Amino acid sequence: MTETLAGYNFAYLDEQTKRMIRRAILKAVAIPGYQVPFGSREMPLPYGWGTGGIQVTASIIGRSDVLKVIDQGADDTTNAISIRRFFARTAGVATTERTAEATIIQTRHRIPETPLQAGQIMVYQVPIPEPLRWLEPRETETRTMHALSEYGAMHVRFYEDIAHYGRIATTYDYPVIVNDRYLMRPSPIPKFDNPKLDMSPALQLFGAGREKRIYAVPPFTKVKSLDFHDHPFAVESWDEACSLCGSTESFLDEVLTDDRGGRMFVCSDTDYCRTRRDGEAA
Amino acid sequence: MYVAVKGGEKAIDAAHALFARERRGDPAVPELDLAQIAQQLGRAVDRVMIEGSIYDPELAALAIKQAMGDLVEAIFLLRAYRTTLPRLAVSLPVETDHGLVRRRISAVFKDVPGGQVLGSTFDYTHRLLDFALAAGTKLPEESATAEPIGAAPRVADILGRDGLIEPPPTGDATPGDLTRQPIEFPADRDLRLQNLARGDEGWLLALGYSTQRGYARNHPFAGEIRIVDVAVEIVPEELGFPVEIGEITLSECDMINQFAGSETAAPAFTRGYGLVFGQAERKAMAMALVDRALRARELGEPITAAAQDEEFVLSHSDNVEASGFTQHLKLPHHVDFQSELDLLRRLRAEHDGKIGSAAE
Repeated sequence: MTETLAGYNFAYLDEQTKRMIRRAILKAVAIPGYQVPFGSREMPLPYGWGTGGIQVTASIIGRSDVLKVIDQGADDTTNAISIRRFFARTAGVATTERTAEATIIQTRHRIPETPLQAGQIMVYQVPIPEPLRWLEPRETETRTMHALSEYGAMHVRFYEDIAHYGRIATTYDYPVIVNDRYLMRPSPIPKFDNPKLDMSPALQLFGAGREKRIYAVPPFTKVKSLDFHDHPFAVESWDEACSLCGSTESFLDEVLTDDRGGRMFVCSDTDYCRTRRDGEAA
Repeated sequence: MYVAVKGGEKAIDAAHALFARERRGDPAVPELDLAQIAQQLGRAVDRVMIEGSIYDPELAALAIKQAMGDLVEAIFLLRAYRTTLPRLAVSLPVETDHGLVRRRISAVFKDVPGGQVLGSTFDYTHRLLDFALAAGTKLPEESATAEPIGAAPRVADILGRDGLIEPPPTGDATPGDLTRQPIEFPADRDLRLQNLARGDEGWLLALGYSTQRGYARNHPFAGEIRIVDVAVEIVPEELGFPVEIGEITLSECDMINQFAGSETAAPAFTRGYGLVFGQAERKAMAMALVDRALRARELGEPITAAAQDEEFVLSHSDNVEASGFTQHLKLPHHVDFQSELDLLRRLRAEHDGKIGSAAE
């Protein structure tokens, strides 16, 4: 336990604000995939750098929680360090890099390779919560489209991709239908991670601070990636294996090693990679 | 052998230490103190208070010092502090009709009851660099002081007596607060004005300017601009009567715009309104222009220009949001980029394959 920040409440936010956010979370859990507006606060970290996720985490975290923070799958990326430090400083909670040990995992752009367990909570940082935003910039319009389940425009866009490129050209933040009802953005995770959303035993919470929305996928909820019968959803694959742990099943980052075309591939999930190298069961 | 990049924690600490040294500059030069900033960079302090949404010159000065003079960053610092403050009371509405007038001008009448008060202003100064100032200020002999405004009716009210301008909005409905509840569209004028008051000055200036250049032109006249020190009062529950808790400076702009009327209502001038902390009349005027443009829906005007589009204007006015989201592009995106690379390589391979087979 580190010494917490003097003059501020546990986990920074005041208790009234936390209660307001928890109410939004409860509503989000009750209506899977529905974006609940909430009175997002200014945080001491910039908008677009995880303020939604931070507010969700701050509202649910307790003294006995163990927090893991990842960015791009890694615990040691600078923004993940900054957010982990923020909670160590304001809440004094234990932090970990081990997926299996964490009770709350705040993430940007990845879902850990290690399967999540019941009782764990994933908190996703969301830049743009609205899946229809690139098709319709107006909130007044998109809210109506959701109310009517009018998602044909997204299928049309995918169809146009296929006509143009021969395949669906969305690779990350790939839209999903949650619980057969709401179209949802899974946040900018690679589509590689989409299957992990489906029927996950963990509670998955999504926070968009700047856009002031919270949404959720409760445990064991159906999450289907949008596709066509003749163009089924498929994830990325690599011809290479991880150069460090040899995994052929994880999402690989391409690392440039020189300026003459040299490159290598390593796991994006640093904890998964290290656990495998340490010889433990992943 | 590749080693995954570690040491981010040390790098962050080192970067912050470097920043602190850079901010201090040459130790041989005396360090700025907050009073110097609050007293001598008052316009910067005002802007930070307005967009930071908190009236506290000393905290604003600290934010400016801490942010090395980067005002948008200083605004962010103040906002992040503001969220942590408890709400102890809600003040009574402040009365800009009373108080000390620092400045009051009307462009629509040559003279107005109560008089034109030029006050302290950049106006009519010739923008010549004052090289003598570099050596220090020589104080002028005497300067005018702010005076009680006395009976100085608002210019808009004078027009209102003859029904020449629409009446000011009435009603005691508690105004909304977009810092507690997210704004929803369509938004009422109370929330629009709150958004604009906190909004980025550059954004409002550009949008207001665009209306003057024909994008939603509404023929504005500066009916009245007031810079006034007003008392802030609250009614503590245990007392039941108003108590003055302090004084703040406000800049207010009543813009008078082209007429509206209908078969049932006689034509009358319409209003645009701007109100901000401190001495910031450029912001107040720009706000009044944009407020008027955003009333298009209410006044039954065609919505054709950016300044009239409330989702567009209000969703992008906050520079703390805009600055954060623009700069978040600095954060690593290599996972998503990897997915894009993968797709692009596949598409290019297919493309090359097609070209190859076509040539055969």
